[in-house]
Amino acid sequence: MSGRVLASPYIHSGAAVDTIMYWVVGALLPAAAWGVYCFGWPAFWTLFLGIGSAMVAEWLTLRAMGRPNRVRDGSAALTGLLLAMTLPPYAPWWLTVLGSVVAIVIGKQIYGGLGYNPFNPALIARVILLVSFPVHMTTWPTPIFLLDAGLDPYNFMQGLAVTFGSILPQGVTWDTVTSASLLGQYRTELSAGATVGEALTAGSGYPGYSWVDLMLGRSAGSLGEVSALLLLLGGAVLLFKRIITWHIPVAMIGATVGMAAIFWTLDPTHYLDPMLHLFSGGLILGALFMATDMVTSPTTPKGQLIFGASIGILTYVIRTWGGYPEGVSFAIVIMNMAVPFIDQYTRPRVYGHGRKVQGFKGGAR
Amino acid sequence: MLVKLVKGALGHTFARGGVHPPTEKKATQGSAIETLDPQGEVILALNQHIGSPALPVVAVGDRVFVGTTVARATGFISAPLHSSVSGTVTAIENRPSTHASGLAVPCIVIASDGQFTPDLGLKALGDCGKLGRDTLREAVRLAGLTGLGGASFPTAVKLSPPSNHPVETLVLNGVECEPFLTCDHRLMLEAPEAIIAGGRAMARAVGAANIVIAIEANKPDAIAAMKQAAAPYPEIGVEVLPVRYPQGSEKQLIQALFGLEVPSHGLPLDVGLVVQNVGTAWAVHHLLTTGEPLVSRVVTVTGPLVPRPKNLRVRLGTPLREILAACGVDEKVMNRATAILGGPMMGTILLNPDAPLVKGIGGILVMDGSVQERNPDPCIRCARCVTACPTGLLPNELGWFAKTDQFERSQEYDLFDCIECGCCAFVCPSRIPLVHYFRYAKSQIWFAEREKRKADEAKERSDAKKARIEREEEEKRRKREEVKAKMAAAKQEADATKVAQAAEETSGEQA
Amino acid sequence: MLSAILTLGGLALLAGLGLGYAGKRLRVEEDPLVEKVDAILPQTQCGQCGYPGCKPYAEALANGEADINLCPPGGERVIRELAELLGVAPKPLDGAEPVPKVAVIDESACIGCTLCLKACPVDAIVGAVKQYHTVVRGACTGCELCLAPCPADCITMQPLPPDVRQWRWSSPDKVPPSAPSAEENQASDDAPSASKKAA
Repeated sequence: MSGRVLASPYIHSGAAVDTIMYWVVGALLPAAAWGVYCFGWPAFWTLFLGIGSAMVAEWLTLRAMGRPNRVRDGSAALTGLLLAMTLPPYAPWWLTVLGSVVAIVIGKQIYGGLGYNPFNPALIARVILLVSFPVHMTTWPTPIFLLDAGLDPYNFMQGLAVTFGSILPQGVTWDTVTSASLLGQYRTELSAGATVGEALTAGSGYPGYSWVDLMLGRSAGSLGEVSALLLLLGGAVLLFKRIITWHIPVAMIGATVGMAAIFWTLDPTHYLDPMLHLFSGGLILGALFMATDMVTSPTTPKGQLIFGASIGILTYVIRTWGGYPEGVSFAIVIMNMAVPFIDQYTRPRVYGHGRKVQGFKGGAR
Repeated sequence: MLVKLVKGALGHTFARGGVHPPTEKKATQGSAIETLDPQGEVILALNQHIGSPALPVVAVGDRVFVGTTVARATGFISAPLHSSVSGTVTAIENRPSTHASGLAVPCIVIASDGQFTPDLGLKALGDCGKLGRDTLREAVRLAGLTGLGGASFPTAVKLSPPSNHPVETLVLNGVECEPFLTCDHRLMLEAPEAIIAGGRAMARAVGAANIVIAIEANKPDAIAAMKQAAAPYPEIGVEVLPVRYPQGSEKQLIQALFGLEVPSHGLPLDVGLVVQNVGTAWAVHHLLTTGEPLVSRVVTVTGPLVPRPKNLRVRLGTPLREILAACGVDEKVMNRATAILGGPMMGTILLNPDAPLVKGIGGILVMDGSVQERNPDPCIRCARCVTACPTGLLPNELGWFAKTDQFERSQEYDLFDCIECGCCAFVCPSRIPLVHYFRYAKSQIWFAEREKRKADEAKERSDAKKARIEREEEEKRRKREEVKAKMAAAKQEADATKVAQAAEETSGEQA
Repeated sequence: MLSAILTLGGLALLAGLGLGYAGKRLRVEEDPLVEKVDAILPQTQCGQCGYPGCKPYAEALANGEADINLCPPGGERVIRELAELLGVAPKPLDGAEPVPKVAVIDESACIGCTLCLKACPVDAIVGAVKQYHTVVRGACTGCELCLAPCPADCITMQPLPPDVRQWRWSSPDKVPPSAPSAEENQASDDAPSASKKAA
């Protein structure tokens, strides 16, 4: 009988894992919907395949490993959704499915399942895909309202053809429907010796976005890049519901924008202005939804600030001087490795310990 | 060291963590305290306090009255026990307890005669202002008073600080932050003058110049009553605290009121304070005015499955089954319910309703059996527990260490600073039974320490035995040597005598 | 190529010399392993591990000759601590984990022969020739060495009665996920193995 008793407390706040996961999914849906509006049916298929294959992969893996079925808790769906948001919308179906499977199996289940993975599963999958299929992963379509080529992505059959066959309609080539992302353009041109202004103005054939364009989604990029405003809105909802705390997003965005501001002030001809940095690439998606992934981020408030700031700095470094135009995914994965170390050294001061505590001088203490 | 009231930005409240469980006090906060007398026998457990158990001073068949000492304290941290009824001692044996283990404990069983005649030896002591500190403390000690806020620490010990730890301020804890409980609330509302008088007596006993009464803001009527009762005394102040759990925990309360922290493994004495529950203060006043020792206390009986929730003044030793029956909880309800002793955040599950009321029980909650259902998910490191912990620990790490039996690491992460308030488990979305893990780890660590002590003693005895056997062998060997030497010497002598004799004979023949 | 060989060889030599010097100069004096292992063992000196006492078993463990799961009185706790100290994987106990027991002498049958006194490795039995013997409960380690020598067969091993102060919380992983029924509560109340659950 003594072995049967459970200890207090006997009331609970009602929080649950699936509630958290579904709130995050919900916060992402407006941005995802905008992405579908921008890119048509292929984007829808990418999202659908991403979420679906992640859930199927999780179910199969858990069965194969003899573990209880946890697909209902929504973490697989969330991983699939996040991964799909970082992929090019016209990605071939096998790229999306492979990515989801890698995210669930290699990114999460082999470490022991939910709660045990050291790396953000969606990002580790993205990194693996990027390194393995660099061309497919950097083919960014232009949003529909900026296109004047013959592709009609709202056409169901054309959409199917693009995703499942990588087939474009007659007379349309990949070049006409895709363009470089802003960061990609910046890096390519700068390494060729141009200045920032030259790289980004219409004169070089590049549409030339301002940060307002970026914020409203009028640029080529992944589903996550084109919806900066809606992502911010989703993030605000999560902050309000206390699903995420402010430490990581503020530290990360602050660090990147801060560094960008410093270098841009020093040399505006070779460094992008901070507002462009803020709204391009996956910075906002990464700051609000990826870096804040609970399993792979520190648990202490000080640790979260250090974590966020380091990611921000690394992102800027990779974007400006690194081998890839986009640095958020690598930066987050690198800092994921440091999380146990950060947690260990940022432990909060315990009540009753430390120099703030005074007892009687000369007393027995 | 002057201890001053300090207010933070949010008013008087502790620095971090804490949760806001629903207070659930509506059912009983308007119910006046009723008296419930036991019907048949009372069962007085010999160990109802922190410290060594009391030893019986009565025998089976003895006649006792209300207030008769039936067991004496053993040692400095202990408390005596008094009969709560008049009647006859029918047994001194093991009976079911309210301990989390469900094990039976030694008890004195008294059959009540229904008269509740007080012991003639009880004497009122009068106004505390005329009594010396030692007299007050001795009276409190002999009356078996223990802290009625739940911890059951012997009050006399708390009121006897060592001379190098002067006490500036006495804090009367009327916070009652646990959901459901309203016994302190009603006591403050119905007997505020008694609490003030008891508090003044305790302050006199411990040498404190000031008294601070702490009450949470959700008891406006009690606050008004206490303020009125305290009005004539400038050294007594009433402080209202925002509603937050665990505001009533001693350490958090001290931080909330004064901005001070009790040092780890230390006591409030280390910062010049003594904290006492308002119920204990009432009991001190009752003792001084009637001479009656601790024989009863107020209990709140409530919960979703209680038909008639009440606040009851119950005599110690009353079987809990009787108390529940008085509120309409019968066998049928008990079969599908879970009864919790204390509050829902820190209470224990009642395993056997035949167990009696003891000094530390302030509430009995009857809830659905589903509160015992658990199917935890893995920890997702969401850190809500870290945010909620009022002590600043990392409950997720401590839980992991306990789960994987890494007891040394859990001590490195300050496991023993945990006050087991339950905030972490309350907020955990994976419903991990964190407090249970901490208690498991703590009891395993204490067990290992006990085993080590036993092993060290056994080794000492074993070494001593080996040494003794060696000594005895040495003795024997020495004795043998001595005997051999003696025999050799005797032989030598005998040989020499023989030779001498032979020589004499030879010379005799010659002659 | 010669320069490469010379350079790398020279570096290796330097590193080796450096490490050797550091090993001597910066050596940390520690308790010998045997002492540390012996400190973990429960000192019942019962011989159930197959070695004549706790110190010989400790020596065998320190030399890597003995397995860590041979000590029944030590139980799971000792296995776990040994595993951590010696850096090996913990194993389940060789045999079932015993209920803690103490020896009890039936004084009415005792003939006062002192054979059990001599057998007890921790002198936990008091008595003298032709006087009753009795076991000091607090000193008895439950090693059972006194059972065999007794010619009157008056010593039995009995489990310790359950004591609230010795009770331990069990790990939540071992607690069933729902409330026990009233019957189950009652049944375990009566069972004599209550002390086993407590152990």
